[in-house]
Amino acid sequence: MKSPRSLASSRRKYGLLFCLPWLIGLSVFLAYPLCAALYYSLCDYSVLLPPVFVGFDNYLDLTKDPLFWQSLYNTAYYAAGSVLLGFVVSLTLALLLNSKVKGLGVYRTIFFLPSLMPVVASSILWLWMYNGQSGIINTGLGTLGITGPAWLADPAWAKPAIVIMAVWGAGNAMVVYLAGLQDIPTALYEAALIDGAGFFQRLFHVTIPLISPVIYFNVVLSLISGFQAFTQAFIMTGGSGAPERSTLFYVLNLYNVGFQDLRMGYASAMAWVLFVIILLVTFGATRLSKRWVTYDR
Amino acid sequence: MKGWRALPLCATACTAAWLAFGALGSLASCSRGAEPHAARHITYWEKWTGFESQAMDAVVDDFNRKEVLHAQADSSYAPIEVEKIAITNVEQKLLIAIAGGNPPDLAGNYSFYVAAYADNGALTDLGPMLAKAGVDPNAYIEHYRSLGEYRGKTWAVPIAPASIALLTNKRLFQEAGLDPDKPPTTIEELDEYAEKLTRWEVTLPNGERRIMTGYLPEVPEAQKRLIQAGFLPGDLWSYGWGYFFGGNLLIGPEQISAADPANIRGYEWIASYSKKLGVRVIKRFRSGFGNFASSQNPFLSGKVAMVLQGVWMHNFIEKYAPGLQWAAAPFPYPAGHPELAGTTSADADVLLIPKGSRHPAEAFEFVKYLTTQPALEKLCLGQQKFTPLKSVTEQFWHSHPNPYIRLFRELGMSKNAFSIPKTGIWNEYNRELSNAVDLIQNLAQTPRDALATVQTKMQSALDRNRQIRARRGAL
Repeated sequence: MKSPRSLASSRRKYGLLFCLPWLIGLSVFLAYPLCAALYYSLCDYSVLLPPVFVGFDNYLDLTKDPLFWQSLYNTAYYAAGSVLLGFVVSLTLALLLNSKVKGLGVYRTIFFLPSLMPVVASSILWLWMYNGQSGIINTGLGTLGITGPAWLADPAWAKPAIVIMAVWGAGNAMVVYLAGLQDIPTALYEAALIDGAGFFQRLFHVTIPLISPVIYFNVVLSLISGFQAFTQAFIMTGGSGAPERSTLFYVLNLYNVGFQDLRMGYASAMAWVLFVIILLVTFGATRLSKRWVTYDR
Repeated sequence: MKGWRALPLCATACTAAWLAFGALGSLASCSRGAEPHAARHITYWEKWTGFESQAMDAVVDDFNRKEVLHAQADSSYAPIEVEKIAITNVEQKLLIAIAGGNPPDLAGNYSFYVAAYADNGALTDLGPMLAKAGVDPNAYIEHYRSLGEYRGKTWAVPIAPASIALLTNKRLFQEAGLDPDKPPTTIEELDEYAEKLTRWEVTLPNGERRIMTGYLPEVPEAQKRLIQAGFLPGDLWSYGWGYFFGGNLLIGPEQISAADPANIRGYEWIASYSKKLGVRVIKRFRSGFGNFASSQNPFLSGKVAMVLQGVWMHNFIEKYAPGLQWAAAPFPYPAGHPELAGTTSADADVLLIPKGSRHPAEAFEFVKYLTTQPALEKLCLGQQKFTPLKSVTEQFWHSHPNPYIRLFRELGMSKNAFSIPKTGIWNEYNRELSNAVDLIQNLAQTPRDALATVQTKMQSALDRNRQIRARRGAL
């Protein structure tokens, strides 16, 4: 019989062996590119020629680059706007769909479907909907007597237009909120009703505190993906961030610098800065969550 | 038990013997004998689609056929077989392929990418091969040949040149009371004609709707709808307006001249159209334009009476608006500056051999074929362009479908023909200029300020680029 120590070590050995495929994948496809990007961010690298070490020049140039700050502002605007709008829309939908109406399954499917649409296809669709002259949105506003703005051609309206597009992704969060809502014991609602609580009081004092872990989860995920927004801006403005760079998102700027100007070192520096920013935002959200997220069970 | 153990051993022995025989057999067929040589296959990435792609397909077929005939006559010759693959965004995909170490043997690209590619060591120097093949550089139109040259080396060979001119809609000229056979020759004349060719649908106070011409500054925007624009500066060649006024964007390889006063004059003229028509009016009008390659193209559908367009436009007119009566003329020059007459943007499609190409010698055979007059004339006839060669056969003039081909060619040979500045940082420069033109046309910034920003930013980008190249050279 094997001794306990050798049993433990043989278990460890087999555990590692079974983890090995995943470990190899992690190192090759995640760890190596991350470390390589960190090294390249300290170099000038055009991929076609060997890298030239420049120290922290790339990071210093970033602080002086007006496009860096503008794209950061644009991205933060979009992230904040889309998270807020997404939260309100998906929670509202989840609350509505949590009631017992006829054809509930059909409604849930209908509201979930837009989030399944590939981003490229929906971007092109929204491009047509936002057309200043003949788009469905301006035509609809016209019937109400409002002259719609030129949306994607107007620097003041281009970012809000892209934020509004985020509503189509609300289906995912809605399903998660639904699951969270159904977890709330009805006894709590009954107790609140007996105490004379109205709809909004029940919402703010029973529902939201009890689904606060789900809210935290959804908000953090939306923030992370909001900061990485690229496809919508690329498809709808042709990659230039027009009009007047109002839709130049951070990753779009990174793409232009890295893949068009072939300044991969600078682009790597931008990527690492974005990583740190998202890390800080997530950390901030986690610290805040300790205050208002309740995990009672 | 012994018998069982013998079975796998036997099987292994048989497999080994079979493999050995197979190897010997294939070796035998490789020996030089009466068997014909296998074709030398090269891949060729090209950007074109539609009729332009078909024109090059015909030339590739001719070359392949010629090679097969050569192989039939000489059994020791292995024919070269070119496989043309249509690739969208070839300028980007080619770079990625070269960086990945797996480029095509031959590629077509735009002349304005040569500088960036060459600076990054992505191209094969064609100079020695061209000299050895005896290709005469003087057979080419100077300007177009120079597009493939950068920092003293020849990196690419022009095959399909282009030039641009002012295209006018004859019927709209007649309706406005202008002579359809007399397009404007000066910028001031262009402005005058444009005003007469601008038409609005105006809603009068009594509810009646009427068509009126001119810019109608006294009518508020809410009561007028633009239905026809005389002239509308477009998105294409937006970097080039300074050149038409005698300015330029780059002096030598290391000096940005975006803030040149002549450039500022050019963009002030562009901004004047935003002022005359109204920024919101232009945006709304533009958003109703259809696809370029369709009958809803703004020029083809009569929405814009005069446009700056290229030698290829004739084909789109024939296809999507065959009844259109149109004329082409050199783009006007500012009055009092006849020395600026004949300014045009003259770039070209080029052939180049990527670094890391597996068959550079074979690829060069096809490049050499495309330096000969018959091949070039066949290609450019099919693409409805002129050739980059000085000499033209009567047959070419005779069979060319574009009635204004001589004009476009003359413009391409003009001393005022400009091309995209040869610099490795053109992508960034173009983006900055596009943004500046956006701000200028939206009347958000004056041309002086917008161009000053571009000047500062791009000069420091160019300096940075030079420093890195110097450090690389020193390593």
